[in-house]
Amino acid sequence: MKFGVIVFPGSNCDLDAYYLIRDILREPVEYIHYNEESIKQCDVIILPGGFTYGDYLRSGAIARFSPIMSAVTDFAGRGGAILGICNGFQVLTESGLLPGALYRNNHLQFRCEQVFVRVENNSLPFTRSASLGKVLEMPVAHGDGSYYAPPELLYVMEKNNQIVFRYTDADGNVTPAANPNGSIENIAGVCNSRGNVIGMMPHPERAGEKLLGSRHGLIIFKSIISYFQNREVV
Amino acid sequence: MVLDPQGAAVKNSLKALGYEDVSQVRVGKYIELTIEAPGREDASARVDEMSRRLLSNPVIEDFSYTLEEAGV
Repeated sequence: MKFGVIVFPGSNCDLDAYYLIRDILREPVEYIHYNEESIKQCDVIILPGGFTYGDYLRSGAIARFSPIMSAVTDFAGRGGAILGICNGFQVLTESGLLPGALYRNNHLQFRCEQVFVRVENNSLPFTRSASLGKVLEMPVAHGDGSYYAPPELLYVMEKNNQIVFRYTDADGNVTPAANPNGSIENIAGVCNSRGNVIGMMPHPERAGEKLLGSRHGLIIFKSIISYFQNREVV
Repeated sequence: MVLDPQGAAVKNSLKALGYEDVSQVRVGKYIELTIEAPGREDASARVDEMSRRLLSNPVIEDFSYTLEEAGV
């Protein structure tokens, strides 16, 4: 299996994702330029963090019309595995591949800090190696991370098990203090109804080494790797 | 609209300056477009489409627009 990391103008966590996959996990990975029209032979697509197009208009709003996004949308439609991290999550909500929207943090501050998130759905390709309710420590770094979905949509998402991560304290309790940005119901990550597209504000690719304070991000990448290993055996 | 942290911050600041009579503040975006169109209806249809596709996000934003004829 092979990872593809999309590089938009203004992406800045593309290197972090590439480095983690190549040097820590030792898996095949390549960059895919936003101007390309194919995701090549990649099995997993990462939309990295950053500030695509300067976050002008709205975060992710302009990147979603990049040439590569047609291929990414086709890939999603075929059930391809896609992970959007931070700005990548914003690109996915703007493009309609994920429900809801990400809005300005409720306190208007840019937050760069370690947070805890609880795994709410461990049946997905990207979460299958985590136990349900597992608390993961990872950094966030964003100004527009307040997740919002209207009540009727939220209801459907809850029913479909599309809430993947919630911000919690270190013990896994959902509290207002553990919410770094005002996200509705402490939501930190969601998936589409099929479960093959997932977006999250915290950065698993920056939590892959002890030196960085946490290795919990590896569980996301190891999940998808094991998903493909099991699939290849079958 | 439920979400307007900027409006809330501006309102608090106005209150701090003594403008207690302000009950609500909304901060939004103002976008000026210059477009060429054969008539008002065409211009309106184009602006409406652009607003829905790119200029606004219907999950968190509403939009409205007015048209003005530019001098030739």
